[in-house]
Amino acid sequence: MAVGEQEIINNGAMTRQRERRKQLVLLLSRIWAWVFLGIMIVFFIITVQLSSGGTVNFLTVRNSQNILVAITSVLLLGLGQTFVIIAAGIDLSVGWMMSLASVLSALAIRDSFNAGQPLFAAVVIGFLAAIAGAVVVGFFNGVIIAKLNVPAFIVTLGSSFIVRGIALLLSDNTTVIGLPPGVRDYGNNALLYWISGEGGGLYFLNRPDVSGEMLRRMDRILPYPVILTAVVVAIAIFLLRRTQFGRHTYAIGGNMEAAVRAGIPVDRHLIMLYILSASTAGIAGFLSTLRFTAGSAVIGDPLLLSSIAAVIIGGVSLFGGAGTVIGTVIGALIIAVLTTGLVMLNVQPFWQFIVVGFVVILAVLIDQSRDLIMGRMETTG
Amino acid sequence: MEPAMAESENNGQQGEPILRIRQLVKRFGGLVAVNKVDMDVYPGEVVGLVGDNAAGKSTLIKCVSGVYQPDGGEIYFEGRRVRFTRPMEARDAGIETIYQDLALAGNLSVSANIFLGREVKKRYLGGLIRTLDEDYMHAESQKVMDKFNIRIPDFSQEIETLSGGQRQAVAIARALYWRAKLMIMDEPTNNLGVVEQRQVLELIQELRQQGVPVILISHTLPDVFAVADRIVVLHRGFKVTEKKASETDSQEIVQYMVGALDDNRVLA
Repeated sequence: MAVGEQEIINNGAMTRQRERRKQLVLLLSRIWAWVFLGIMIVFFIITVQLSSGGTVNFLTVRNSQNILVAITSVLLLGLGQTFVIIAAGIDLSVGWMMSLASVLSALAIRDSFNAGQPLFAAVVIGFLAAIAGAVVVGFFNGVIIAKLNVPAFIVTLGSSFIVRGIALLLSDNTTVIGLPPGVRDYGNNALLYWISGEGGGLYFLNRPDVSGEMLRRMDRILPYPVILTAVVVAIAIFLLRRTQFGRHTYAIGGNMEAAVRAGIPVDRHLIMLYILSASTAGIAGFLSTLRFTAGSAVIGDPLLLSSIAAVIIGGVSLFGGAGTVIGTVIGALIIAVLTTGLVMLNVQPFWQFIVVGFVVILAVLIDQSRDLIMGRMETTG
Repeated sequence: MEPAMAESENNGQQGEPILRIRQLVKRFGGLVAVNKVDMDVYPGEVVGLVGDNAAGKSTLIKCVSGVYQPDGGEIYFEGRRVRFTRPMEARDAGIETIYQDLALAGNLSVSANIFLGREVKKRYLGGLIRTLDEDYMHAESQKVMDKFNIRIPDFSQEIETLSGGQRQAVAIARALYWRAKLMIMDEPTNNLGVVEQRQVLELIQELRQQGVPVILISHTLPDVFAVADRIVVLHRGFKVTEKKASETDSQEIVQYMVGALDDNRVLA
């Protein structure tokens, strides 16, 4: 008995030590993406300076805004995907969904404007058209996955072909043009304008009417697409962290059986998740229409894999049950910083694929080695 | 030897049984998994349900918890005849079954699991925005843990970081919080270390003291003897005996489990 007690006391000390090591591993695995992002930025600041002989700076207002604009599409595609993957699903249809939404909103804006609607109303109608399309596609995906128990991979692979066909049919396999020129302002104007140097200053909301050399010195700060994306990000964080919807999303991904037994309406929840996923893709498509003043049926597809990469780099587990919205934001930032940095180093653009590929694999390796280390701590000690 | 049936009628239990099973039959094709079994559970007692593999323990319990629908016989719960078509109906009636896999979400915290599917929300803007009331759920979890002397260091910990015994305790606490009137525990001490097994058995005793009846299914006779008031033995679908734990021993129970003894034969 006395021996047993002693063992328990020893175990206690070892448990505490193990606990501390476990916390350290957990902390490292949680913040590595931030650290990686920081290292990358520093790396590009130095290398861009060196390679340009000190004439080009990586960390400028303009460049930071370019990176933010560049990530909006990938990030929006990744946001809905984050929810879906946390619930142990996948949505392969978001790329073509973005394309369809771009075409739908372009057609809606053009036709409603031509029918006499004011510009703002036409843009709102365009937004609603994109969301309506997304709700239909998401509902289709969700019902087949939840009610007919077909794997999400297969359903969304199939629906991505369907959506692709519809997008190409609607657009007549060409870019949808003829939108009112004012649309451009919605997609490209910014909250703030900054003109550096002589005669410059900070302008709020109103785009200063300058030209020539001064125009070149002008930077847009927080363009509207970035602001709208930030709002969607904030809503997504709130939804996932603070609401029952988020809690059930984690529960379904963590233990589907437990979720069912706890009385969570799992089928309905899955349908909502695929509608959410299609909707963030819909917003991405709508924004691209505003930015380019045109609808394109081929704009979304190339972004699908980047968006899934961002989600995985951000630490969302493909097995479900784990991940955060902020993680996905970091993942998208890492990809955008890499891409921009490599371009500024005049590296052939194809290198970005190779680097992003390695980063995705690295992210999963870090995730796995954490589980391995933690598991080993559990069993031995 | 006195026939088991007569003994159970007169075993000194007070009041009406909370659960009454009469002549329950469940068939799977040609196999009769449960054959005309009678069983009672009284308030505040622990009944050990034992038997070899394929004796019919799990099938019997799944008929009570709504997983299976019996082919014959009756189940009365709190005096009323019940026919559960889904597990959820049994749970709503107050019968909580804790299976070996526990049905906890390993990636969620202790209090998130206790309130899983029944989350408490704070309302803003007239209910337009509703957020999880983590503080309330945390405090309520603490209360139920305190009431049943369950010690878990940190409720914000994810379930998968807890030990097997602690997980078992969380599953039990969840059932208790939602006012379980009868707990069915399927092999709760399996895959647990010695210390944890003892904790789970202490918890079962705690439940009895608070008046929550328990049906304990187990292979481990010492565990059953440690906590059970009565022991029901099944063999190939039949109930072969029912004895007060204080009036038998594991040697005798083993004889019943392997079919060497059978009170039905004495009766016949």
